[in-house]
Amino acid sequence: MSRFDTLVLALLLCVSSASACAATSWHGLGRAVTPEELASWDIDVRPDGTGLPPGSGSVADGQTVYDEKCASCHGTFGESNDYLALAGGIGSLASANPQRTVGSKLNYATTLWDYINRAMPFNNSKTLSANEVYAVTAYVLNLNEIVPADAVLDQSSLPKVVMPNHDGFTLDHGMGTKNGKADVANTACMQNCTTAEIKVTSELPAGFTAQMYGDIQTHFRHFDRPLLAAAVSGNTPAGLTLAQNSGCFACHDIDKSRVGPAFSAVASRYGQDPNAAQTLSNKIHAGGSGAWGSVPMPPQAQITEADLAGVVTWILEGAPRQ
Amino acid sequence: MSAAPDSGLDDKGALRRAFLRGASGTAAALVADSSAAASPLAVLDSSRVLGKPVASDAYGHPSRYEAGIIRRQSPGLTRTNESSIAFTPLQNLFGTITPNGLHFERDHAGLPDLDPLQHRLAVHGLVAEPKIYSMDDILRLPSVSRVHFIECGANSGLEWGNVAVPTVQFTHGMLSCAEYSGVLLSTLLEDVGIDLKRASYLLAEGADGAALTRSIPLAMALDDVLLVYGQNGEMLRPENGYPLRLVVPGVQGVSSVKWLRRIEVGDQPWQTREETLHYSDLLPSGKSRQFTWIQEAKSVITSPSGGMTLLDKGGYYEISGFAWSGRGRVKRVDISTDGGRNWRTTRLQEPIASKALTRFRADWVWDGAPALLQSRCIDETGYVQPALRQLREVRGTRSIYHNNAIQTWQVTNTGEVRNVQI
Repeated sequence: MSRFDTLVLALLLCVSSASACAATSWHGLGRAVTPEELASWDIDVRPDGTGLPPGSGSVADGQTVYDEKCASCHGTFGESNDYLALAGGIGSLASANPQRTVGSKLNYATTLWDYINRAMPFNNSKTLSANEVYAVTAYVLNLNEIVPADAVLDQSSLPKVVMPNHDGFTLDHGMGTKNGKADVANTACMQNCTTAEIKVTSELPAGFTAQMYGDIQTHFRHFDRPLLAAAVSGNTPAGLTLAQNSGCFACHDIDKSRVGPAFSAVASRYGQDPNAAQTLSNKIHAGGSGAWGSVPMPPQAQITEADLAGVVTWILEGAPRQ
Repeated sequence: MSAAPDSGLDDKGALRRAFLRGASGTAAALVADSSAAASPLAVLDSSRVLGKPVASDAYGHPSRYEAGIIRRQSPGLTRTNESSIAFTPLQNLFGTITPNGLHFERDHAGLPDLDPLQHRLAVHGLVAEPKIYSMDDILRLPSVSRVHFIECGANSGLEWGNVAVPTVQFTHGMLSCAEYSGVLLSTLLEDVGIDLKRASYLLAEGADGAALTRSIPLAMALDDVLLVYGQNGEMLRPENGYPLRLVVPGVQGVSSVKWLRRIEVGDQPWQTREETLHYSDLLPSGKSRQFTWIQEAKSVITSPSGGMTLLDKGGYYEISGFAWSGRGRVKRVDISTDGGRNWRTTRLQEPIASKALTRFRADWVWDGAPALLQSRCIDETGYVQPALRQLREVRGTRSIYHNNAIQTWQVTNTGEVRNVQI
C-alpha cells in the first residue's frame, strides 16, 4: 500500500469511526486559523492572478519609486549596478552569453510582482505598498519594452501581460519524477574503456589559486607541521561585527568601492570633521545622495541608535579589520 | 598528505627533521622515528599538568588545532555576503555525517534570528481545516529521524565550461549530510485534511527577508518530505533553518525551504522566481528545463583531492570520497587512476541509507607517476554517473544546475593534486 493510499484510508477511518481517530489523538494539536489572520502572510501570487491585491500603479509612478529604492543596486535603466540586471538580454538565452533577466527569462509577469512584494528592497523587504509594487513592476516591464510608457497595471491587467519567454520552459526531461528517464547513458565499463588519448582539456592558470584564495594550505588538515598562523582567528572589532550584522556590506566594503563608497574612503573624507559622527549617523538613518556620485544611499531606519553609534565609530576609526 | 607519525613533535614543539623535509612521507618517516629510538619518546607538558575543569567550554568546540576546518565562501562568486553560499570543507570530513558547524549554508536574504516562541507554521489552501502550529505543537507530533544529503542544485555549477576552482570544498561543497529529525509532512497534511482530489502542488515559504518560495509536487510531499527541527541530535542551527525547515530528500537544496513559516496547498505550481529565473536548467536551444527537482547519482574523491600534496612515492594511500543519489541508494562506486581507461570497484561503508551520502574507500599505492583519479557512482536504478562530455552533449555548458559529472583530480609527478578536466 502506498503512503498515498494509507493517507486516504486514514482519513476515511477518521470520518467513519471515532475509535480510529482516538488512536491518533495528536489531531488536536495546532489551532484553526482564519483567512483574516492569514492575510498578512498569504502573499503568494500565481500566474492566473490569484493572490494579487487591489491597487494599481503606472510606469511613471514606478520610476519615482525605482529611482529612490531600486536603482542603487539594479542601475538606472535596470542594467545592473553591481547587482542582478533586470533589463535587456531578450533573445540571448540560446547564445554563448545568455543573460538571465526579467525580460529574457521570466515566463509570467506575476512572478515579478510576487518577488518584488516579498523580497525587495533587498535590505528592507515587504515595505512597499501594493500600489508601489504595481508601479515598480510596470516600470521594470517598461524598461524591458514589454509594456508601453503609459501602462497602468492592476490585478486584472498584470496577469494578461505576455512575457517574451512565455514558452521558454520545458518539462520534457526525466528529472521531475521519481522514475524519470535519464538524458545520458554512461556504461560501467571496467577495462580498456577507451583507446583514445586521454589529455587534460582544462586546468587553472598558474598563480590563480594563490591570487584568489591566498595560502590554500590553510584549508587542509595537516599533522606534519605546526598550526598555520593564518588559521588562528583574530579579534574582530565590535563595530565591524555590527556593520556586518546591519547589512552594510550589502553595498559597502572595507577598502574597495562597490555600490557605495569604501568605508576607508568615508573615513578619510570625514575623519577630520568634528561633526563627522553626527553627519554620518544622519546620512545612514535618513539616506543621502550626491556625495559619492549619482547612486543614492537608501535610508537605513531599521538600525538602532546604539548599533548606529558603534558602526559610525568604527568607520571613523578607519574601518579596521582587526 | 603525509600521515601523522606516532609523535610528530618533540617536547619543545619543534618538528622532527625527517618530517620537516617531508619528501619521504609515512613509511620512511616511521623508519626515521625508530632509528631515533635511542632518545626516549617525549613526555609532553600536557601529561604532567592538571587540565581545565569539565565544562570549561560548556557547549564545546573543535580543538584549536582544527581552526582551518571551516566553511568558506568562494571568492568572487556572489555579489553580497547575504545572498551567498558558504561551502562545506569536504576534504576534511570523515565518514558520512557533516558536523552541524560545517553544514553548507545558502541564504537568499541573510541569516534571520527567529524566536521559537514566536515562530508559527501556517498550513492552508486546499485543506478541510486551515491550521496554525506553534513549535511546541510540532515537537509533540509523531516524529521520525532520517539520514539524508542536501545538495544545492548549483553544486559544481561553476565547472560546466571549464575548471574554475581549486579544491573539492568549492567544486562539490554545496553538499552536506545529516540525521534530520522531525515530522513527516504527510502527517501534517493529514491533520489539516488535505483535499486529495484537487491538490497537486504545495507552496513552501520561508520566514526570512526573501520569504523564499518553492512549489513542491504533492506526490513528493506525501512520500518522504520531512518537516525538520532536529539535525544531528540538536536543534537546527540558525544557518540551516532554525527552528523549522523542510527537507525534501534527493531534491535540489532550494526546495528544502529553511525558516519555514507557511505551506499552502494548491492545484498548480506557482512559477516562483526560484523556479523560473533561477533553478531552471538552460539548454543550448535557449529553452530551460523546469522543475528539474532530482539530484541524479554523483560521486567525488575527497582524498586525495585538489590542493593536497602526496609526499610518499611508492607509498600507500587510501582513496576515499562520497557517493550519493537523489533516486535512492548507492549500489556501487568504481574508481580509476588512469583517467577512466580502467576501473575497479571500491568498498562501501555500511549502512547505506537512501538519498544519503555514502562513503567509498579503495587502496592505492602511488607509483610516483602522474595519475588521473576519478570516481563513478552507480545507483540502485542502474544509472551510471556520466562523464562531463556526455552531459555537455545534451545540455551544453550554460546550464549552471545539476552538473553531476565524473570529477578528475590530476596527480603530478611531484605529488601535487590538481583539479582538471579531460
